[in-house]
Amino acid sequence: MHRTLARPAFDVETVRKDFPILAGHVWCKPLVYLDNAATSHKPRVVLDAIERFYKEHNSNIHRGVHWLSAAATKDYEGARDKVRDWIRAAAREEIVFTRGTTESINLVARSFLRPRLKPGDEVLVTEMEHHSNIVPWQLVCEEAGAKLSHVPIDDRGQLLFDEKLLTERTRLFAFVHVSNALGTVNPARELVRAARARGIPTLVDGAQAAPHTRIDVRDLGCDFYAFSGHKVFGPTGIGVLYGRKELLEGMPPYQGGGEMIKRVTFQKTTWNDLPYKFEAGTPDIAGAVGLGAALDYLGTLDWEAVRAHEAALLARATEALSTIKGLRIIGTAKSKASLVTFDMEGVHPHDIGQILDQEGVAVRTGHHCAQPVMDRFGVPATTRASFAFYNTLAEIDVLVAALTKVRELFA
Amino acid sequence: MRELYQELILDHNKKPRNRRAMADATADADGFNPLCGDKIHVFVKVEGDRIADVSFDGIGCAISTASASLMTTSLKGKTLAEAREIFERFHAMVTGEPGAPVDEDALGKLAVFQGVCEFPVRVKCATLAWHTLKAAIERSGDAVTTE
Repeated sequence: MHRTLARPAFDVETVRKDFPILAGHVWCKPLVYLDNAATSHKPRVVLDAIERFYKEHNSNIHRGVHWLSAAATKDYEGARDKVRDWIRAAAREEIVFTRGTTESINLVARSFLRPRLKPGDEVLVTEMEHHSNIVPWQLVCEEAGAKLSHVPIDDRGQLLFDEKLLTERTRLFAFVHVSNALGTVNPARELVRAARARGIPTLVDGAQAAPHTRIDVRDLGCDFYAFSGHKVFGPTGIGVLYGRKELLEGMPPYQGGGEMIKRVTFQKTTWNDLPYKFEAGTPDIAGAVGLGAALDYLGTLDWEAVRAHEAALLARATEALSTIKGLRIIGTAKSKASLVTFDMEGVHPHDIGQILDQEGVAVRTGHHCAQPVMDRFGVPATTRASFAFYNTLAEIDVLVAALTKVRELFA
Repeated sequence: MRELYQELILDHNKKPRNRRAMADATADADGFNPLCGDKIHVFVKVEGDRIADVSFDGIGCAISTASASLMTTSLKGKTLAEAREIFERFHAMVTGEPGAPVDEDALGKLAVFQGVCEFPVRVKCATLAWHTLKAAIERSGDAVTTE
């Protein structure tokens, strides 16, 4: 157990009161926010923590001798400890603050992979990756003359993993924990184990997993884990890279600047200790504080209850959407996070999204930055309704009613 | 919502006019809206300074499909100068301030798109076919994007 402050029971109406924006209206209709995979809303405690930081402790960190600087440093480093606690990392040095998942992955591509990548080497990803877990690898592969290969997926959107895909030339296996486009929950532990057995390092893109489940990086056994603050009910602009200490220690810095050095002369610069070596310049201090507050908030939830509630949302949505004529759900994996992506015969997702918006329902339409997935299912774009623990079964009924209107309009 | 999805738009989306390839086109071009994955190919046959025929092919949302369809019916037989003027009026309407006066006489059926100006995200959908036609006529030959 990480925390013992769990509430007695999960009551969604009580939880919703913690999120000011959820009481809002769009086009005179109550907001039904089903775009949580894009970004999540922020509980009041996060907003308060950010405001309090700027009002009471605002200062630059680490080098100031004055009181405010010490207070700000304590806030920022305190947030790092909260992250370490939350994902059960072995040491605080293994937690690097970044701008988000994308920057975390780019950091590993540049500082870890690039120096060890030789012509003919391979990097393995999967067919269900978000572009942010494809393009950074592609860039370094092109530079090095290495090859980017992928694990294919089946018609339900599940990995067709074969250990043979991990070859003696594979220098890294990077895969998504939960797919943003399909909702598929990948067997991360097993995938990591297969890679480790061959001495292949792993990076897990946890952007979509972190909002739905407790993460335990040591249990997963991965070398790197990346996630974003704004998807776990914290602010935008802050993210996390977890990396195993031995690996981070051996890596050159990602960016040069202040904070990441020990001593600079014009002849040579000595890098700072972990994790500061990877945090050049003034970081998003308030963002880290906000993320820390978000994790504190998540720590008060009963996660067994959260899981059950989200499973109920997914079950209701899957069942109700299946009854709509011409609607096809894309991504029907056995193990799925609470999101539903679909295609509606004869109606373009853009039109669906527009009409839903008029009903107060916010969904995502487009390719979800996962064009290989769209290609795999032969659609240019889809509509995605993605849920968070603060969504209600009644909101799914609003979604279904709005989709029925779409069906009528485009009859 | 009916304000955007007028009957005429829904009709042209369902039964697009002039959606066909043109073997004897004098110019053609590709248009792509990376935001929503819409792809269009516009064909045009210019005789002298007149648009003798115009058609399109491709997939898109209701707004982009209906706009392409109504573009073809509005421009057939027009001179290039007239076509340019219609596009300018159309463009001004969909990018204008909501509630601004619309010259319905000059725009004819195209006035049905006046609701688009309330949804800035959809301007790209409504103008994709037009930008693509313009590129075809200007013989750039390069794919046009709305980005």
